[in-house]
Amino acid sequence: MSQVHIKTKINGDNIEFLCDPEETLLDILRDKLHLTGTKEGCGTGDCGACSITLDGKLVCSCLVLGAEADNSEISTIEGMSNGEKLHPLQQKFLDHAALQCGVCTPGILVAAKSLLEKNPDPTESEVRYWLAGNLCRCTGYDKIIKAVLDAAKEMRG
Amino acid sequence: MRYVAAKSAEEASNFLLQETGVSRVLAGGTDVLVQMKSGMIEPDLIVDIKKIPGIRNITELDGFFRIGAAVSGSEVKDHENINKMLPGVVEALDLIGSTQIQGRCTMVGNLCNASPAADSVPALVAVNAKVNIIGPQGERSCNVEEIPIAPGKTSLKKGEFIVSVDIPYRPEFSSDAYLRFTPRTEMDIAVVSASVAIEMSKEGICENAKVVLGAVAPTVKIVGDASKEIVGTKLDESSLKKMSLKCVEICEPISDKRGTVEFRTEVAGVLASRAAKIAYKRAGF
Amino acid sequence: MSPLDNTYEKQFKVIGTRPPRPDGIEKVTGKAQYGADLYVPDMLYAKILRSPHPHAKIISIDTSEAEKLDGVKAVVTSKDFSKFSDNKPSDTLVNCIAHEKALYDGHCVAAVAALSNTIAKSALKLINVEYEILPHVTDVDEAMKTDSPIVNKGYVLENVPKGFSENVTSYYEFGHGDLDNGFNNADLIVERTFKTEAAHQGYIEPHACLASMTPDGKADLWCCTQGHYNVRALCADIMGMESSQLRVTPSEIGGGFGGKTTIFIEPIALALSLKSGKPVKLVMTRDEVFKATGPTVSSSMDVKIGMTKDGIITAGEAHLRYQGGAFPNGTVEMGAQSAFAAYDLKAVRTKGWNVLTNRPKQAAYRAPGAPQAIYAVESVVDELCQKLNLDPLEIRIKNAAKKGTKSSYGPTFDDIGLIATLEAAKKHPHYLAPLEDNQGRGLSCGFWFNFGGDTCVTLNVNFDGTIGVTEGNPDIGGSRASISQMAAEELGISYDKVRTIIADTNSLGHNEVTDGSRVTFAVGLATIKAARAAIKEMCKRASLIWGIDEDAVRWENGSAIPAGPNAGQFDPMSIEEIAALSSQTGGPIAGHHEVNAEGAGVSFGVHLADVEVDKETGSTKVIRYTVFQDAGKAIHPSYVEGQMQGGAVQGIGWALNEEYIYGKDGRLQNAGFLDYRIPVASDLPMIEPVILEIPNPGHPYGVRGVGETSIVPPLAAINNAVSRATNIRFSELPLSPPKVLSSLKKELKDG
Repeated sequence: MSQVHIKTKINGDNIEFLCDPEETLLDILRDKLHLTGTKEGCGTGDCGACSITLDGKLVCSCLVLGAEADNSEISTIEGMSNGEKLHPLQQKFLDHAALQCGVCTPGILVAAKSLLEKNPDPTESEVRYWLAGNLCRCTGYDKIIKAVLDAAKEMRG
Repeated sequence: MRYVAAKSAEEASNFLLQETGVSRVLAGGTDVLVQMKSGMIEPDLIVDIKKIPGIRNITELDGFFRIGAAVSGSEVKDHENINKMLPGVVEALDLIGSTQIQGRCTMVGNLCNASPAADSVPALVAVNAKVNIIGPQGERSCNVEEIPIAPGKTSLKKGEFIVSVDIPYRPEFSSDAYLRFTPRTEMDIAVVSASVAIEMSKEGICENAKVVLGAVAPTVKIVGDASKEIVGTKLDESSLKKMSLKCVEICEPISDKRGTVEFRTEVAGVLASRAAKIAYKRAGF
Repeated sequence: MSPLDNTYEKQFKVIGTRPPRPDGIEKVTGKAQYGADLYVPDMLYAKILRSPHPHAKIISIDTSEAEKLDGVKAVVTSKDFSKFSDNKPSDTLVNCIAHEKALYDGHCVAAVAALSNTIAKSALKLINVEYEILPHVTDVDEAMKTDSPIVNKGYVLENVPKGFSENVTSYYEFGHGDLDNGFNNADLIVERTFKTEAAHQGYIEPHACLASMTPDGKADLWCCTQGHYNVRALCADIMGMESSQLRVTPSEIGGGFGGKTTIFIEPIALALSLKSGKPVKLVMTRDEVFKATGPTVSSSMDVKIGMTKDGIITAGEAHLRYQGGAFPNGTVEMGAQSAFAAYDLKAVRTKGWNVLTNRPKQAAYRAPGAPQAIYAVESVVDELCQKLNLDPLEIRIKNAAKKGTKSSYGPTFDDIGLIATLEAAKKHPHYLAPLEDNQGRGLSCGFWFNFGGDTCVTLNVNFDGTIGVTEGNPDIGGSRASISQMAAEELGISYDKVRTIIADTNSLGHNEVTDGSRVTFAVGLATIKAARAAIKEMCKRASLIWGIDEDAVRWENGSAIPAGPNAGQFDPMSIEEIAALSSQTGGPIAGHHEVNAEGAGVSFGVHLADVEVDKETGSTKVIRYTVFQDAGKAIHPSYVEGQMQGGAVQGIGWALNEEYIYGKDGRLQNAGFLDYRIPVASDLPMIEPVILEIPNPGHPYGVRGVGETSIVPPLAAINNAVSRATNIRFSELPLSPPKVLSSLKKELKDG
């Protein structure tokens, strides 16, 4: 089985890799590039823990083949903060205690960021429906929703 | 497994025709990759069609929308005119999965996966959508409902694949709606679904109707008898009741981990009635 | 003397505040390392072959072809484990890897370690297993019948009553008083049978570990776990190792809720590592998690309660039948103990039977055994209230257990917070809010014992006066913050001067698992004691420097001060000053405490649930939910709220949608998050938490465990709400729409 040569931009950096055709983008990010912030919770697109953006679209990286990522721009949780500066969403998650075990948190942050880029002033219901694809088992979602709404408010200035 | 990204429709068709093993077309991948993971399929060849020119475009042509096979659900959702004219189609597509799934899934992929519970199918059938197919014999078209022939099986021949979906413009005073039943508010496969598309006169009398049910039979069910019950009416309670009964009568679902025969049958009628009411309101009445 | 200082009256400076958690930034930036996030040089990837049959004799396993595959470095079966120990294979080992029989769909049969996941997966296909399929049983009541297939022989305890199959392995009975008399005095008796299905903890992180074992018998094991000392004990026992040879390091953990208190894959990884000579990483897939880790028991229960027309419960009786998979467990004992715990009863009797089935071995899921039993009892109490037209909250208050009540399971309660939570619920706007058509309100009490257990904490004073706390309990809910808060409070310094870490098994003595809602209580207590020991030492150092008696020095606001005017005129000496001189006064300063902590306080709660039922589809929507719980003392209120909200939502999922679905073929049909339906964000309203604080006399600050109680009330709260919204009494969970609709239709037809 011959490998495929892929060129991408990940969190602004030019990255090239070789992959087996059946490796998913999630496998590549974690096992090959050691960007382990993106998590595998189910491998079948049902939990959202592997959320990234691919050419600006929020997707599950477990449902994208590494081979499909050629010439694309990828953003993961590792690209969310800027050096020492946390993204407002990250800060609000800490302020609101919107995480307990934290394993769903990277996926939810990436998803929430994607929402606020599209809709800077979402209602509670819009936030809940946008994040329906991100399962959290620890928090019951309450503090997560509050953190996202609070971050949205701050980002609107 | 081998992966190829076709540079043209003909090239893709050729790849599919030549492959002696198991091949799959890859657009959004939200069914193919799940099935690979579970071991349900072990493709020898994946043909990625997303690089085919035009296959990711939505174009408005003379009297219809042409939606490329690799257009994602979220792109359809963001299209202003499709939203205005075909809210039922949009909401059906929107329900296929989470926001993340929406970023990748396609109506054509949903159609060709041929699940009895596919969300996009009843809605597309209700608005008389057609698919354009490229194959070894060249191009051909057919109605959407001719594609799924059994759970997991389509009528496409070897080497054929769908390049686009054509949805005719809707006339004035018409609308559509799609409802499905799921235990949770999101993320579930439809237990039963109903799509109703209606065309009204400007006085509010129904002139044309199409009632289509999903997940109540191996393939989508067009319920002509149900449509007849509401044509010529103002969608009053009594006509809607009769329409629901006709829906209930033709159901032949299965009992599985998602729902029982009784439940699917009963709720099909309820959803058809509710969808009709929503379409009626959307059409301006 | 009670450990509880009267300090709960004092002004706490750090306790009760909401400082940032120490692991927060790592977790919001993706830096935190969970079980599957470790990669080491020369590492192999492992995959497991699992039985597709729920019950089958394993006639032979041929691994020769798999071993020959390029890139495969080791293959193991149960045979590889017999050389580690002369003891009969433990239940834990046999659950990890099948020996003579495959006992459930998904039971591990063999495993492979290879250069990549792809190669490992291919190798599995080359392993040839010959099975002789045996009849199976998955239902609890079916498994008790004398003609049932027998799952696992040799476990029946002496006290099990006659008349059941060998699958019934244990029997428990609790209670006191004259039941017959009690029922005779009732004006109304309700008797019902209830069923619940197994649920899974549903943690988002699948089990993962990385094992490195060398031929000299030493090993390093990295894994996500709630209790690395327990992992060490279980693995050492299986692998024939001594504790000091096996060092277990816990990763950050992506959820546990009780499901990661034991082992499922770790011995496999160790055996593969030893055989291959390389480190081996083993990560479960999601369907493996559902099939082959530890879901809850499923239950079949009969409850009978008698009540007078002015609302006094005169007698309560519960018979609980729990199945917990192919190996025995004691969960039904806890169910039988907790069933009536919220009530002050003159006559009560609970009986419990444990039953084996061809299902995976159960594990805890917050308050194991209590959700089922209390669901049944609280549903019957609600039905009695409804039939007698009595306010369900008033009736709970009227019959509530309080200080001095002899509990239904034996001990007499000390200060408890049940009435406080009930009174708070009664006053709350939620209870007074009007309901609309098709809506119903349900409530339920909840209870959990909470535990103490073996705990070790070491507190080191660094030369700059900052503090390092070393403890041994994986942080599943924010406990590092609470521990740091308690250390800071006790020492009289600010929170940011304390850093708490969780150390590997080599660094401390044995620590009981993070379970039983014990960490804030037990580790907190040990931390406070360790801080006091450090304070004693620092006072001693100050006394040396000042040249006065040790007794003449005391600690205040983070400094040593002379105990009284007679001790001498000295300026206070801060931690920083004492620490800076510690080398010269004897050496670095530390305090430590090792204890089997006792005095854990029980935690009571009450939940209020409002639902709306779509009568045409049977669908239930939760529209309002409030959680009242007694935390004793909320060290970090945000994390207490988090436990309350998280447990409530888990219970809501269990009540409405979550269930293990087995086919007639005995195989699990919904081993994934698509069809095992946990609540999603759009399913829920905000969950309002109300914390009550009735201090636990057994802890210096009054702490009670909170982590588990809140999964208990939702089952009955939702059941009662749906029952009231539809005017039909439901007695089977989950309340899935097909069930609700079919009952609604039946009512319509009959009535």
